[in-house]
Amino acid sequence: MFNYTFQWKQAMARLPQMLDGAIVTMQVAILSMVIGILLAIVLTMFRLSGIRILSAVAKAWVEIARNTPALFQIYMAHFGLGSFGLHLSPFLSILIGITFNNAGYLTENFRGALKAIPDTQTRAARSLGMGAAGAFRHVVLPQMLRISFLPMTNQMVWAILMTSLGVTVGMNTDLYGVTQDLNALTFRTFELFALAAVIFYVITKIVTLGARLIAARLFRY
Amino acid sequence: MIEIEHVRKSFGQLEVLKGIDLTVSKGEVVTIIGGSGSGKSTLLTCINGLEPIDSGRILIDGTEVHAKSTDLNKLRRKVGIVFQQWNAFPHLTVLENVTLAPRKVLGMARAEAEEIAVRQLTHVGLGDKLKTYPGRLSGGQQQRMAIARALAMSPEYMLFDEVTSALDPQLVGEVLDTLKMLAQEGMTMILVTHEMAFARDVSDRVAFFHQGVMAEIGPPQQIFGDPQHPETRKFLSSTRQ
Ligand SMILES: Nc1ncnc2c1ncn2[C@@H]1O[C@H](COP(=O)(O)OP(=O)(O)OP(=O)(O)O)[C@@H](O)[C@H]1O
Ligand SMILES: [Mg+2]
Repeated sequence: MFNYTFQWKQAMARLPQMLDGAIVTMQVAILSMVIGILLAIVLTMFRLSGIRILSAVAKAWVEIARNTPALFQIYMAHFGLGSFGLHLSPFLSILIGITFNNAGYLTENFRGALKAIPDTQTRAARSLGMGAAGAFRHVVLPQMLRISFLPMTNQMVWAILMTSLGVTVGMNTDLYGVTQDLNALTFRTFELFALAAVIFYVITKIVTLGARLIAARLFRY
Repeated sequence: MIEIEHVRKSFGQLEVLKGIDLTVSKGEVVTIIGGSGSGKSTLLTCINGLEPIDSGRILIDGTEVHAKSTDLNKLRRKVGIVFQQWNAFPHLTVLENVTLAPRKVLGMARAEAEEIAVRQLTHVGLGDKLKTYPGRLSGGQQQRMAIARALAMSPEYMLFDEVTSALDPQLVGEVLDTLKMLAQEGMTMILVTHEMAFARDVSDRVAFFHQGVMAEIGPPQQIFGDPQHPETRKFLSSTRQ
């Protein structure tokens, strides 16, 4: 019957190692978000450029990112590029995979946000002598980022959780990877993964709350 | 001087401007009146090059607006425009709204831009709203801010497109007073308006637009007192009701 005895002490003894893993997880998530947002801004400009090849690139990116499994995107970064002779470390593979996913989703979010900004904003900026780039940067972009702030927070949470896919490409320094290795070592499966889940939960809660505080400070209009 | 010569403009099949001729000299105030869809707004957006034209030409101090070689961004510094609504940049304070273009377009230092902005905002009666976000201003205050913002670029010409028509009636007066003040200071302006009493008051000349044609133009006494064109009469009697 049920003869598994919980041994939380053993799991708790591994907490420092797991927290080290959590830091790596956050590094991947934060980097993938920062680069993802910058890429999404570039892809959004591609879309608005009216240059066919650029908008096609943006469109393809968004389509693939949103309509294929994140696992596939990470596999492509690792094994896909690997088969072309470009062998990336697990860290880089997971970073690139998640960044790709972030950029695709965020570009789509930005598209929605842009619809909420009336054309007259660009008109007003242009009529003050600003060029197209200046109008985008000073007038449209800040409003777009503000409207997209909540979706960006969601994507950040998603990015944190996606790091757990790193084990599939051999990543073993992040929270999930560390937990998996510890499990192989100690077989305290339930305790370790429950602990990892709690750490994930606490991190994402802190991120969501922190984002809310930042929003309240940043957006006073 | 703004010279508009035989300007034609279509949106698809619809010809909106059917050969407009109009010259506005320095210091002159010209008001455009006319029914909805007669092409008034379109003409203003053509003057500062926001819209292309199909034929004819528009010259501002001798520079052809729609010539390929014309630097529109530079030309637009000379020609301010205020639209009917949605002029304010909601993410910037009133002060930042006004300093944005002087800083980013003219490359002015922040202190200098703020000094000019404060002066212009005080001029339109918003000296106490510098740190406020536009969302907290009334419509009338937002329009006055938009006027200050345009003036901060020291334009030589100002275009106003029905700047009071989206406002509650009790807010119209304060904006019209601001426009009147500008006119008295000698600003060259082209105004589109539905405020007939105001047009009669400030204009050197009033132009009546009808279906893409400037049916009649003349001093306000003549347009309002003794209109020549039957459509002008029809339009004026309809607005009096
Ligand atoms: N961007 C556009 N695309 C297509 N049609 C347009 C566009 N802008 C204006 N029009 C059409 O051109 C005609 C003239 O419009 P315009 O805005 O110049 O009229 P208006 O005289 O300013 O009218 P109102 O008093 O209602 O503001 C209208 O029939 C309008 O529907
Ligand atoms: Mg109009």
